[in-house]
Amino acid sequence: MEEEKEPIIKVRNISKTFGGVKALNNVSFDLLEGEVMGVIGPNGSGKTTLVNTITGFQKPDSGEVFFRDVKLTGLPPYKIADLGVARTFQIVRPYLSLKSYKNLIVPLWSPRARRFAGSRGGDRDAVAIDLLEEVGFERDAYVPYKLASALPLGYLKRLELARCLALRPEVIICDEVFSGLSMSEIASMVPLVENLRIKGASIIMVEHRLRELFRVADKVIMLDFGEKIAEGEPEEVMQDPRVKRAYLGEEIEL
Amino acid sequence: MAKEERRKERLDRGIKARTDGLYAIQSWREVGYLVAPRAGLILGLLILPLILPGLYWQRVLALAGVYALLALSFDFLAERVGLVCIGGAFVIGVGGYIAGGLNYYFALSPALTIPIATFGGALICTLLWLPCLPLRGIYFAVVTFMFPFLTQSIILAGGLLGSTEGLSPVAGFPNIWVGIYLIMVIVLLSIFGLRRLCGEDIGIVFAGVKDNDQAVLASGINITRVKVYALFIATAMGCFGGAFIAHFSGFAGLSLFAVDFSIMPIAACIMGGPGTMAGPVLGAFILAPLSELLRGLGQLRVVLYCAVLVGFILFKPEGLLNWAARKYHQFEHWVKV
Repeated sequence: MEEEKEPIIKVRNISKTFGGVKALNNVSFDLLEGEVMGVIGPNGSGKTTLVNTITGFQKPDSGEVFFRDVKLTGLPPYKIADLGVARTFQIVRPYLSLKSYKNLIVPLWSPRARRFAGSRGGDRDAVAIDLLEEVGFERDAYVPYKLASALPLGYLKRLELARCLALRPEVIICDEVFSGLSMSEIASMVPLVENLRIKGASIIMVEHRLRELFRVADKVIMLDFGEKIAEGEPEEVMQDPRVKRAYLGEEIEL
Repeated sequence: MAKEERRKERLDRGIKARTDGLYAIQSWREVGYLVAPRAGLILGLLILPLILPGLYWQRVLALAGVYALLALSFDFLAERVGLVCIGGAFVIGVGGYIAGGLNYYFALSPALTIPIATFGGALICTLLWLPCLPLRGIYFAVVTFMFPFLTQSIILAGGLLGSTEGLSPVAGFPNIWVGIYLIMVIVLLSIFGLRRLCGEDIGIVFAGVKDNDQAVLASGINITRVKVYALFIATAMGCFGGAFIAHFSGFAGLSLFAVDFSIMPIAACIMGGPGTMAGPVLGAFILAPLSELLRGLGQLRVVLYCAVLVGFILFKPEGLLNWAARKYHQFEHWVKV
């Protein structure tokens, strides 16, 4: 018997326009508890705008987002993060002048992380180094102490993820964590996401890397020109002719 | 082709290369190596008032101390929190008028007025600038720069607080040594206190706000609140300086809003080395006496500040202290290529 899962994030009829461009048009979906949901779509289809409207970085023109019963729309980004909805940025946003592990002191200092800090709350440096190890940094005397500006992109993407995890989030929204990485780097990051899923996090993954996404996703929605054109299990969505058309263009007779 | 190419090679000294910031000390010599610059600063500031000839230069030194506090708070806000605040004149004025007013109208002693002006003034400045905190970069700077002129006009137009005459007399310190050593000790405490603060977790959050405020927001932290903490700390230092001037000169008037208090900290900061804390203090202790020496030039002194600014930005953008620190921590020699 599979137990009924409650939706943890409810998105209802979100629309957002920039000038004359409809970035999002009446998008609705549910993210169930413990589910990994993929969001796919061609460039400019509104994926990042969707992430921004859920996390409060942009206000939708209409529509609402709920986290359980709390309405997120209208709250400032830091309050949404404080409730437990954490995000990564597609273009990484590290604190370049700080050492890698010091980057995590910022989220660990946040009110939410301090509420969760147990007996080790005072030793944020140690917690930060553990977190870095969790996302795949080598635990040595070198890499965690490097300046963030000296890290390659692969590590910065992991740092983004670690910054989310420091908040002990209930929902993680990953905005293209695989983009710009080499095949081997992606291969080593997929298990991280699988681990998070095993631990029960609910995850929204915005991704271009379909092969890797479909390994971890329970459900996929597809955006095109701001509209949700498909929703379902990965295999179903891939067979959908509208999806093929959006990604590959029209079939032509030769 | 015969021209032989040479380049300068720089090598970190052992203690620096070994540990880079987290010092693992191996000998008394290395203890001395680390302590010497800090001890030099402390002893220098404490001995300087004793060796200066005459009252005039001692007063100049005290004023330089106030400029040093302003330069320090400018450096802290600009380089460690990312808030470019050039409202030094406003902060000095608020502190000076609070301390002067409390003494003039209510005859409170400096021992009470200075702490009240420091923290009360910081509260007022922070509250007034609170609505501007979401502004970034140059916009915050422009708003803060405007405040002293605004306040000056209000005082003049309303005939408030003694209007053009100012408040006089304001009680002075028992003697000049109390005044001079008060400001010197506060400058030293501020340098080391701020450096310690920036190493603490809250200081890391300040650095985060400077580097990438959106990422701090995404970490569940209210960045406006963080900026308010920083602004309160920085304006408290400036308000202390204002209160000190009011009591040291026995007068609280419109000259407290002089534009020098806004501009010179920037020049001192760039000259001394942005982000080093001690550098801007050093810059202030060089620029303030220099500006006194050139008093005969009148308003042309502003040209001096500008020349210093342009000169350092062009030829030594790292500033004096960063340059000195590099020389101190590294061997340099020419090698053939």
